[in-house]
Amino acid sequence: MTDPRLPTGRLGATMRADVTARDRTKPLMATVWPYIAYAALIGLAFLTLIPIIWMVLTSFKSSAEVSASPPTWLPATWHPGNYRDAWNAAPFGRYLANTVIVAGSVMILETITSALAAYSFARLRFPGRDILFLAYLGTLMIPRQVTLIPQFILMRELGWIDTYQGLIIPQAFSAFGTFLLRQYFLGIPRELEDAARIDGASRWEIFRRIILPLSGPALATLAVFIFLFQWNNLLWPLVMSNSEGTRPVAVGLRAFQGQYATDWNLLMAAAGLATLPVVAMYLVAQRWFVRGITLSGFGGR
Amino acid sequence: MASRATVPRPAETPRTELAPRSWRQRDHETLAAYLFLGPNIIGFLIFTAIPVVAALVIAFYDWDLLLGAKFIGLENFRELLFDDENFRAAFVNTMVFTVANVALSVAIGLAIALLVNLSLRGMVLFRSIFLLPYVTVTVALSLVWKWLYLPEVGLINQTLGLVGIDGPRWLTDSTWAMPALIFLSVWKTFGYNMVLFLAGLQNIPEHLYDAAKVDGASAAQRFRDITLPMLSPTMFFVVVISIIGSFQVFDQALVMTAGGPGTATTTLVLYIYQRGFQSGYMGYASSIAWALFAVVFVFTVIQFRIQRRWVSYD
Repeated sequence: MTDPRLPTGRLGATMRADVTARDRTKPLMATVWPYIAYAALIGLAFLTLIPIIWMVLTSFKSSAEVSASPPTWLPATWHPGNYRDAWNAAPFGRYLANTVIVAGSVMILETITSALAAYSFARLRFPGRDILFLAYLGTLMIPRQVTLIPQFILMRELGWIDTYQGLIIPQAFSAFGTFLLRQYFLGIPRELEDAARIDGASRWEIFRRIILPLSGPALATLAVFIFLFQWNNLLWPLVMSNSEGTRPVAVGLRAFQGQYATDWNLLMAAAGLATLPVVAMYLVAQRWFVRGITLSGFGGR
Repeated sequence: MASRATVPRPAETPRTELAPRSWRQRDHETLAAYLFLGPNIIGFLIFTAIPVVAALVIAFYDWDLLLGAKFIGLENFRELLFDDENFRAAFVNTMVFTVANVALSVAIGLAIALLVNLSLRGMVLFRSIFLLPYVTVTVALSLVWKWLYLPEVGLINQTLGLVGIDGPRWLTDSTWAMPALIFLSVWKTFGYNMVLFLAGLQNIPEHLYDAAKVDGASAAQRFRDITLPMLSPTMFFVVVISIIGSFQVFDQALVMTAGGPGTATTTLVLYIYQRGFQSGYMGYASSIAWALFAVVFVFTVIQFRIQRRWVSYD
C-alpha cells in the first residue's frame, strides 16, 4: 500500500532506467557498505574523543613532559600524584560538595514544583489557564541572561549573595520542567483518574497515587536533565559565589585556571576532577538524559 | 494505523463528565488548581516574570551597585546603539558565531544521526560517544581546548605541522580566535542535535521507504523526497533551539579568551557580564540584555513566519 504523501510520480519516472544497473551492484554494496559506515563512525568517534583522551593522558604527565615538543601521547612516566596536587592546591572537595548540594537541591525543588504545576495545567480547569500557560511557554524563549541583573539585585537586597539559598532558589522554578511534564501527563489515560474519583479520591490523592507512580520515567528524565545542566552552569554561580564556601566546581575550576595558568598537567587533572563525576553519572543515567533531549524536541512535532 | 498526529490530545477532547458540575465543584477545582500551581507560579513570578520587566526598567537607569541609581531615560540605549563600538563588535561577533555554529552543528548533527541510525550493531555505543562532549563541563573542556590551540606545543598545530601547514596562533590571533571558539562549540553541541535528529528519523514510518524502494528510488532520492520533508519539523525545532542557544554563548569565550584578543571574541553575554559585573554598570548591562532579548525574539518570530515555506507537517 502506497502512502498518498509519497511523491511517487517523480520517483517512479526517473528511476526505471537504472533499476537493472543497481540490481547488479547491490550485492557488492550491501557487503561493503557496513564496513564503510563503521570506518566513518570509528574515525568520527576518535575525533570526538581526542580532546577528552588528551585531557586524561596529560593529567598523568610530568610538568617537563607537558611542554615537550613534539608532544607525547602516552606519559613517559605516569604521575597520578598530579591529582593529589590539584586536589590540595584548591579545595576541590569543597567545590564538588557545593556542586552536589546546589545541583541536587535545584533538581529536587524544580522537579517537585514542575510536577505540581504540570498536573494543574494538564488536568484541572480554572480561569486563566490557557493565558497562563502561554505566558509560561513564552518565557522559554527569553534568554536567561535577561533576568540575571534583576535577580542579582534582588539577591543583594535579600542578603543572599554567596549563600546556598541564593544559588539554589532562583534556579529552582522553570517553565521548561512544567512544559515537559505537562506533555507527559496529558498522555496518561484519564479513565484511570475517573475511576479513582468515583471512589472519592481527592485531587491530591490522585496526583500522588496515580499520576506520580505512572510518571517515573518522565520525572527521572527531568531530574537528570536538571542535574547535569546545573553541574555545568557557570554564569549564575560566577556572579553569586565570592568564596570557597559556596563555589561550585565550574567556578572553582575557573579560579584555579587563573592561579595555575601554565601548569597544564595540574589544570588537566583539575578538569578531570570536575568532569569525572558528571561523566560517570551520564554513563549510568544516559537513557534518561537522551530521553530528556528527545522530549524537549517534541516541540518539533 | 493511526499516526500520532491524528490522535486527539486528551486535553482537547470534550470530557465526559461523571456528574453535572455544580458551582461548588467548579470552585473546588479552581482552588485545587491554584494550590497545585502555587509553588511554581510564585517562583516563576519572582524569578522570571517580574525580573524580565524589571530588567527593562533598570535599563532606563544609571544603576551603579555602589553609587546608587539615577533615572536617565533612553540614554543607555542611545549610547548602546550609536556610541559603543564594543557593543557593535559584540553584536557582530555573536551573529558570526551563531550563523557558523548553527550551520555546522546542525549539518554535522544530521550527518552523524543518519550514520548512527543505520541498523548495525554497536550504534548505542557510538551515540554515547558523540553525546559525551555535550554533557561534559564546558569550563573543563574549554581549558582542554585552550591547550590544544597553543601555537607551539598544542596538538592542533603539531598535527598541522605534520602535513606541512604552519598553523595560526589561534586564540591570540584576532582572525583565528573566533573560528577557534566556533570549532570548540560545534564539537560540544553537535551531539545534542544528533539525538534530536535521531528521534525525528525514527519517527518516519518505515513503509514510506518500502514503497519508494518498490518504485525503484535510489538512496539519494529517498533521502531528498522522504527523509528531508519528513524531518523538516525536527529540523525547524533544532534550528530554532540552536539559534537561541548560540546567541547566549558565554562559558567558552570567558574561559578560553576572555573576549580577546581586543574584542575579537567578546560575545553579547560576555559583554553583559563585563559591563554589569566587572565594571558594575547594572543599568547599561540591562540595556545590553534587552538588546539580546530583542534580537533573539526577532529571529525566532522570523523563523516561525518562514517555517510554512519549508516545514511540512504530516
